[in-house]
Amino acid sequence: MTIALDINRVSYSYGSRMALDDVSFTVDAGRFTALLGPNGAGKSTLFALATRLLSIPEGSISVFGADLARTPGVALRRMGIVFQQPTLDLDLSVAQNLRYFASLHGIGRREADRRMEAELSRLDMAERAGEKVRALNGGHRRRAEIARALLHRPSLLLLDEPTVGLDLPTRRRLIDHVHALCRDEGIAALWATHLIDEIDTTRDAVVILHQGRVRAAGTAAAVMGPVSLDQAFNTLTGAAE
Amino acid sequence: MSGWLICLQGIVGREVLRFLHQRSRFLGALVRPLIWLVVFAAGFRAALGVAIIPPYETYITYEVYILPGLVGMIQLFNGMQSSLSMVYDREMGSMRMVLTSPLPRWYLLLCKLVAGVAVSILQVYAFLAIATAFGLDVPLMGALTVLPALVLNGLMLGALGMVLGSHIRQLENFAGVMNFVVFPLFFLSSALYPLYKMRESSEVLYVLCQLNPFTHGVEVIRFALYGQVNPLAGGVVVAVTAALMGLALWGYRPERAIMRKRAAAE
Repeated sequence: MTIALDINRVSYSYGSRMALDDVSFTVDAGRFTALLGPNGAGKSTLFALATRLLSIPEGSISVFGADLARTPGVALRRMGIVFQQPTLDLDLSVAQNLRYFASLHGIGRREADRRMEAELSRLDMAERAGEKVRALNGGHRRRAEIARALLHRPSLLLLDEPTVGLDLPTRRRLIDHVHALCRDEGIAALWATHLIDEIDTTRDAVVILHQGRVRAAGTAAAVMGPVSLDQAFNTLTGAAE
Repeated sequence: MSGWLICLQGIVGREVLRFLHQRSRFLGALVRPLIWLVVFAAGFRAALGVAIIPPYETYITYEVYILPGLVGMIQLFNGMQSSLSMVYDREMGSMRMVLTSPLPRWYLLLCKLVAGVAVSILQVYAFLAIATAFGLDVPLMGALTVLPALVLNGLMLGALGMVLGSHIRQLENFAGVMNFVVFPLFFLSSALYPLYKMRESSEVLYVLCQLNPFTHGVEVIRFALYGQVNPLAGGVVVAVTAALMGLALWGYRPERAIMRKRAAAE
């Protein structure tokens, strides 16, 4: 299977505090991989490194074989990102936000509008394109961010706790949408979360991160073994004690 | 159109759009220099006689003298506003999206800088139009010949704002920039009074004004408004712009903001 994202022996520290310690795992193309870890496990630091917001002091990260440090442009071109913190401009409309993002990827207005219409329609957001982001609820804002992340047709989607603060039906809908993208379009997704119920244990891959170290990685079934994922997670992160 | 140009167009378009949406910012940008022009200049017209100095070829009213200074003032405040916008973008997270573009980081920051300059030029032309409506004699050709000077001065002040924006931790710290950067730059310049007047009262202040790059920015605008070039002022502005742009591009470290947030969270 093609490796979409390769995190290889990455370490990072904030001053004297180690945030990531020799982290290695891969995300396969066309697969939904959940990066599971409690708050403070190092998920957001890993996302900041994988999106080049932080420079990688130790180890390497590559996207479909393109090294992020040496060929950032090639790597970032294939990556769609949804940050935990909302990054839409509240004073602009959904369409203006999406067009702006498209321009950052060198996509002209006409093509951007065409893709925007398609992506927003898939998320039932087409009629909201002209509305200011400030007027949207949290679920719609997230959907707009996912549509935006797909505008440049990435092969890898990075989503950092995208369901934080959303109600259950909206969460479910977003998860289903990203699963469908993996299944139908072969997109690889790395979905950071601390909510176990967001993982489909029959087909997803899981990476369990705790205190900056990978505690387990593989298909959800392999990581679970004979117990539930909940139990396995609690055992691996010491939450059971 | 190449991807690089589309990106530039997108970033400039977004800044202009944001500026037009913020009506209070638009009004503020115009009201500030207009108050100086209408109220301050009226009060000082009688007290301050301006001798014939280049580029003027005859005696001029005080309003005519301070016009280039007020244009510079618009660009100075806008440069600082751009740095505020960078801090805002950083706090709101939208700067993250910019930095994850596949285009080189230096180019993205350059686009942000050009966008700030475009907004400042919009403000300047709106101001010049209103000043003309108030009866001030703005040379018609000067409105065209001043454009390169506005670009140059805007780049210098935008780069200064960017250097400051890289080091400002939060929006709240911006008041300090006004007190310690904007006011000294503005008052220690030739914006409001010719430098020979300053020399008459204090040699030290005169030297400080000469060392102030904003003085040279104002002079570049003043000469350009009359279709002339001031080589010394132009040279200083070009050199300072290059240095500040280099410093801004070199000094921009998104890591700092992330680390500060982490430190604050812990």
